[in-house]
Amino acid sequence: MILDGKCPTGPIEKTWDKHRFDLKLVNPANKRKYNIIVVGTGLAGGAAATSLGELGYNVQAFCYQDSPRRAHSIAAQRGINAAKNYPSDGDSILRLMYDTIKGGDFRAREADVWRLAQVSNNIIDQCVAQGVPFGRDYAGYLDNRSFGGAQVSRTFYSRGETGQQLLLGAYSALSRQIKLGSVKMYNRREMLDLVVVDGVARGITCRNLITGEIESYAADAVCLCTGGYVNVFYLSTNAKGCSVTATWKAAKKGAFFANPCYTQIHPTCIPQAGEYQSKLTLMSESLRNDGRIWVPKKKEDVNKRPEQIPEEDRDYYLERKYPSFGNLAPRDISSRSAKEQCDEGRGVGPGGRGVYLDYAESIQRLSEKIICERYGHLFEMYERITDDNAYKTPMRIYPAPHYSMGGLWVDYNLMSNIPGLFVLGEANFSVHGANRLGASALMQGLSDGYFVIPYTIGGYLATVKPSGTKTDHAEFKKSAEEVNATNKKLLSINGKRTVTEFHRDLGKIMWNNVGMARSKESLTEAIQQIPKLREEFWKNVKVTGTGAELNQQLENAGRVADFLEFGELMARDSLHREESCGGHFRVEHQLPDGEAKRNDADFSYVGAWEFKGLDKEPELHKEPLKFETIHLAVRSYK
Amino acid sequence: MSDHKTMTLTLIVWRQKNANDSGKFETYTAKDITEHHSFLEMLDVVNEDLINAGKEPIVFDHDCREGICGMCSQVVNGMPHGGQERTTLCQLHMRKFKDGDTIYIEPWRARAFPIVKDLVVDRSALDTIIQAGGYTSCHTGGVPDANTIMIPKPIAEEATDAAECIGCGACVAGCPNSAAMLFTGAKVSQLALLPQGRPEAAQRVTNMLQAMKDCGFGNCTNHYECQAACPKGIDVKFIARMNREYLKALFA
Repeated sequence: MILDGKCPTGPIEKTWDKHRFDLKLVNPANKRKYNIIVVGTGLAGGAAATSLGELGYNVQAFCYQDSPRRAHSIAAQRGINAAKNYPSDGDSILRLMYDTIKGGDFRAREADVWRLAQVSNNIIDQCVAQGVPFGRDYAGYLDNRSFGGAQVSRTFYSRGETGQQLLLGAYSALSRQIKLGSVKMYNRREMLDLVVVDGVARGITCRNLITGEIESYAADAVCLCTGGYVNVFYLSTNAKGCSVTATWKAAKKGAFFANPCYTQIHPTCIPQAGEYQSKLTLMSESLRNDGRIWVPKKKEDVNKRPEQIPEEDRDYYLERKYPSFGNLAPRDISSRSAKEQCDEGRGVGPGGRGVYLDYAESIQRLSEKIICERYGHLFEMYERITDDNAYKTPMRIYPAPHYSMGGLWVDYNLMSNIPGLFVLGEANFSVHGANRLGASALMQGLSDGYFVIPYTIGGYLATVKPSGTKTDHAEFKKSAEEVNATNKKLLSINGKRTVTEFHRDLGKIMWNNVGMARSKESLTEAIQQIPKLREEFWKNVKVTGTGAELNQQLENAGRVADFLEFGELMARDSLHREESCGGHFRVEHQLPDGEAKRNDADFSYVGAWEFKGLDKEPELHKEPLKFETIHLAVRSYK
Repeated sequence: MSDHKTMTLTLIVWRQKNANDSGKFETYTAKDITEHHSFLEMLDVVNEDLINAGKEPIVFDHDCREGICGMCSQVVNGMPHGGQERTTLCQLHMRKFKDGDTIYIEPWRARAFPIVKDLVVDRSALDTIIQAGGYTSCHTGGVPDANTIMIPKPIAEEATDAAECIGCGACVAGCPNSAAMLFTGAKVSQLALLPQGRPEAAQRVTNMLQAMKDCGFGNCTNHYECQAACPKGIDVKFIARMNREYLKALFA
C-alpha cells in the first residue's frame, strides 16, 4: 500500500494556515459531548490534555507514575529551539525548517517540519506566560544559546534543566484543568491495550498498578503520548519505566509502525561500570566544546592510569580522522568512532567500554575556574557517579541509546491509520527523520500538544458523532480478558530466570547487532536470536507475587515481553533499509570518510510496518517523501 | 576508578503488604556490592536474590534514576534520600558505605503520605496542593510575545532556584511536623517573584496553604530539616517569602 500523509499542498509558508482554515470545527457547546483519552503526561501528553481540556472536551489522562509531573521529558537538559530570531542573527522559520530537515538526513516530511518551525515561536510565548523561568540576559530579555546542527542562536534554556521547567509548566497548566474538572487524571495506570470497535479507536484497557485491577475506558478519540522505545537496548538514558508497550499494543491492533530502525545514540554518556548497572546517564554534549577525546595508541596501555600515558602514546582519534571538525564531529560519527576504538581493544575503564574526554589542555589554556564556570555542575554529577575528579583526571565517556525517531505512523493531522487514534511527541515518527537535532525533542512534544492536536482532533471529531460507546461493549470485554490472560500466564510460568535477566539478554542482542553499526550479518543474527529468546522467556521467566496488588515484576515482565516482539521488527526494518542515514548506519553503505551514504533513489520513503502476527513477516507500506522546498543534498557539516 | 573489593551489608527494610497491613522490619543481606553500585542498584541486586529464592522483592518507587523525576523516596538511616547533600537516593552511591555496615531503610513517613506497599507511599497530596493554585491561569495560545514580559536577571534566577523543586516529598519526610511548607513555599515563591504570577498571588497563596492544611500536613517550626533533606537545595527563605505573601493576602 502507498500511504498518503494528507499533507496540504501549495507554497510551504501557507500550508499550516490554510489547513487550519480548512479543518472543520466543533461547536463550543458540543465539545463537552466528546470524550478524549490522553495516554502519557510528558510534554506532548501534558500539553495535549491541558489544551483539549481548556477547549471544553471531556479529557481522561493517564500516566504510569504516581504523578503527571514525573514523565521522562523532565530529564532533558539543554534547551528548546524556536525561530524567534531574537538575537537577529539570521534565523527564520524557514531556516529552522531547513536545519531540521537536513539534520534528519532528509527522511522527514516537509509540511510537518514547516509547521513545527512555525509554531515553535508560540511555544516560547506560552511557556513564559505559564511562569517557566527561562534564562535571561541582564536587560531582562530572554537569552539564547547556540546548539549542534545550527549556525544561529535559537535555543532557549533554563540552566541545565530545561525539560524539567517546561514539563512543570505543562503540569501546572494540567493541574489547573484537573481542578476545574475538564481533565480527569488517572495516575499509576498502565495502558495495556488499545480497544478498536469497527475499525475505529474507541478506548483503552489499563492496569491499575496499585490494585492490579484491569480497567476499561471508552472515548471518541485516543491520543498516545507515550514516548520512545530505546529501552529495547536495556541500558539507555531513558527512565526505567519507559517502554514500547502502548505503541506496540496499538501496532498489534493494526496501527502501522514507521521507521523503527531510526534510533539515536548519544556520544557523551557515563560508561557502564558493571553488569549490575540499571541505566546510563547522559551528560550534556556541550562538554565536547573544550574536551579532547582520546584512547591509548597501544592496547597494553589501556589498564594504566591516564596520567601514566605520555602524549606521544595517545590517539586523539577524532582529531586524527576528522581534522576539520575534530572533537565536534556530529553525534553519529563521534559515537561510532568511540565504538570502533573499543572494538579494536583500545577502550578504557571497566570492560574496555570507554574513551577519555580530557580537560587538561583547556584547563591550562583557560584556567580551572573558567572550566568550572562552564561545566561545573556536569563535573559534579560525573564525580557523584564515578568518584573521579575530572579536573584532575580525564573523564570516561561512552555512547548510549537516547532517543527514538521512529514511532507510529501518522498523517499530517497526527492521526494513525486507525481512525480516532492520534499519536504525539516521541511516540510518532513525524518530524525528526533519521536523526534528531539537539533541543528539538522538547519543541516537538509541546508543538504537537499545545498547537497541533487542538486543531486537528477537532477536524476529526467534527466528522463523527459522539459515539456513546460504553465499556460494556464486547470489544472492551474481549480486550480485558486478553490482558488478564497474558498477566495470568506471566505469573504462572514460574521459571528459573528473572525478568531483568531476559531484558539484559535482549539488550545485548540489540546493542551488538542493531546498535550503532549494523550489517546484513548482524541483523540476520538478531532476527534469528530474538525469537529464540522470546520463546525462552515464555517458558522460563519467573514473576513473583500476584496480579491483584502492586507488582513491579509483573509490570516489567509485560514491558519486556513487548520489547521481545518489537526488537525483531526493529531489526527487520534495519535490514530492509539498504542505506545509511542519520542514526541508521549500515556498514555496507558508507562514504570513504565514514559518513552515512544515503540512497535517495530507492529509500526516500517512510517505511511503515503492518503487524501480521508473530509467526508471520510484517508487511511494509511506503509513504514516498517529496522535497520541494529543501533540496535533497548530501548532509555535510564540514 | 574500579578496584575489585566488594561489600557485604545488612539491610533492615520496612516491609508492609498494603495500606492496611501494620508492617514490620525484615533483615536481608546484600552481597557482592561494589562502590560503583548506586543505592537503588544495590536494592536491585537484593531483589534479584529474593526472586531467585522465590520470595517477594522489595517494592520501591523509582524511574529516571538520574536525580530529576522525584520518584525515589526512601529514608536511609533516618535521613531522606540517605543524607548526601543535594543528592537523590538514585544518585547516592555505595562508596558512601563500608563493608559490614547495617543500613535501615524506611518509606517517607507522614500522615499525608499513606504507605501503599513496602517503601512506596501515596504522594497525591502534593498534586492536590498544586491543583489549588500552583499555576498562572493563562489559556493556551492567548498570550503575548515572550519578550514583552521583561524580568530582571536576578529575579529570574531566584525564581529558578525555587522552581528546581522535584516534588519528591523529602522535605515532608525530614520535617518533625511533616510539613509541606518548603514544597508549597517554593511554588508560591516562583510564581510570586515573576510578573506573570502577580495577578493571582493573593488567591494562590491562600488556596495552596488551605489545601496543605486540608491534606493533613503540619506547620513550620523552623527546624530547617526540610532544607537539609532537599536534594535540590531549595532554601528555607522561600518559606519566609510564602509567609510574607500570605500576610499580604490577609491584609489585601
